[in-house]
Amino acid sequence: MYKKANAGHIGSSLSCAEILVFLKFAWMRGDDTLVLSKGHAAAALYSVLAEAQVLTAADVASFYEEGTKLPALPPFNAFEEIPFATGSLGHGLSLSAGMALGAKLQGRDKRLFCVTSDGELDEGSVWEAALFIAHHQLTNVVWVIDRNGIQAIGKTEDVLALEPLDAKLRAFGFHVLTVDGHDLASLLAAREDCEAAWRARPAPVVIVANTVKGNGISYMQGTVDSHYLPLSDERYSEALAELEHAHAAALRDHGNAS
Amino acid sequence: MLALFEQRRDLVFITGDLGYMALERVAEAFGERFINAGVAEQNAVSLAAGLAREGCLPWVYSAAVFAVLRPFEQIRNDVCLHQLPVKLVGNGGGYAYGIMGATHHALEDVAALRALPHMRLYLPLVAADVAMVVRQMAADPSPNYLRLGLSATITGEVPGFAPWRKLKAGRGAVVVGAGPVLQGLYELDSPRLFGELEIWSVGTLPLDPIPAELAASIEEKGRVITIEEHYRAGGLGEALSCLLLTSGVRPRSLVCLHAAGYPSGRYGSQRWHLEESGLVGPALRAHLQELLRA
Repeated sequence: MYKKANAGHIGSSLSCAEILVFLKFAWMRGDDTLVLSKGHAAAALYSVLAEAQVLTAADVASFYEEGTKLPALPPFNAFEEIPFATGSLGHGLSLSAGMALGAKLQGRDKRLFCVTSDGELDEGSVWEAALFIAHHQLTNVVWVIDRNGIQAIGKTEDVLALEPLDAKLRAFGFHVLTVDGHDLASLLAAREDCEAAWRARPAPVVIVANTVKGNGISYMQGTVDSHYLPLSDERYSEALAELEHAHAAALRDHGNAS
Repeated sequence: MLALFEQRRDLVFITGDLGYMALERVAEAFGERFINAGVAEQNAVSLAAGLAREGCLPWVYSAAVFAVLRPFEQIRNDVCLHQLPVKLVGNGGGYAYGIMGATHHALEDVAALRALPHMRLYLPLVAADVAMVVRQMAADPSPNYLRLGLSATITGEVPGFAPWRKLKAGRGAVVVGAGPVLQGLYELDSPRLFGELEIWSVGTLPLDPIPAELAASIEEKGRVITIEEHYRAGGLGEALSCLLLTSGVRPRSLVCLHAAGYPSGRYGSQRWHLEESGLVGPALRAHLQELLRA
């Protein structure tokens, strides 16, 4: 999608691809709703929604095209599965809190899964939402932070340090779970830990998913450039070859394991 | 609100930690549907958008300036883009917070919200308007803003709340105003001058099409004066100017009276600021007399 679109932001999408796959296909059910607060990773969301047959191949192929329904950041009022146009950072957690509270007030069993970035935590409104979720014990919100350590033009710790992030989140009243955001087994374990945490002491949950910006493509990994630069033909072939190699290796490992 | 709550159990009332000695009964009646979201207006507005998406009818109450300008992007993105029925209630439009000073006045709230798609503003005049406005807002599927202030005391009969209301007849000039600032015209202390003024009250923005009676009256008298407790930029005067031109109604003269801000760098009550802006008192009288002589 990014190659065809000659677009940036691929790094943001690759850092949360497994998280979105995991949430959509291994955790969410029924009326559960996903809010991708880091709207810059819209392509990852569109891919997941295409896999879930919410979007068609033609929709996805139109990404970035003139007249597309799928702009670089999520659109408003276009698809039921995209509840809000996001990407102006610091809105998604409050929106999730509102939907969670609305569902609760109306006695509906519904959970909100909100994926924010880490750079987004610079926005004060995220912490307003965190205070609110903790105060109202909105345990039907699951907040996932895509902790790739890089924001628009620098490392989060160089721009506006977030660490110690776990301690901050705990101090706000959250159960904090830390996972490898690229490892499905680690994410699945977090789901179990989350439910165990709720059983032990009901409190809102935040999952800090340690990730790598541009994950899976070695020349992009951990780089600020991956937030911006489109793919040249050569870089694109290189990336595809690496992904195909990794895919083949994963299939082989899986074959050996079973 | 309480009466409405009896009929509409989807209401949720959110306050930005304001309403001491005012909202206690609402809090009691609404129970878990009354939420003090704290001094966190950005969260409050996005929260309301989320609630609205789940089928609730959220009202967000704060001081006008904090309800509109602090969370402006949340209103733009989360509420207006998505066309959700979030009801913003701003208390203290204009200089209503008086001696609290400039940070607490709302002189650009109308301009800010007029720029947003789907947003409809309600500007009540007298106390009796508020109940009707609240009912209309509850029935309106659009995002709304209710600009509250100390209600005006208007002598004579005031028709029920409407987008356009003719308050009185007069032969010299047509005055169009919004909100309680119109009271200044009723305190001119010059029966002759007052008698010259045909007064209309605007209740909602964007402006509804101009009533035929008003258009004819403007054509006949030739003079239009607008009055508002708001900066000139983006306010009622500009809205009406555009409506007149695009409707083919051509007054001979149009003068916009508006809040002047803080020209002297001094502070006082709401009335003091209105006087300094020439929206009440001797300055208003002198200005109107001059306009009518012209």
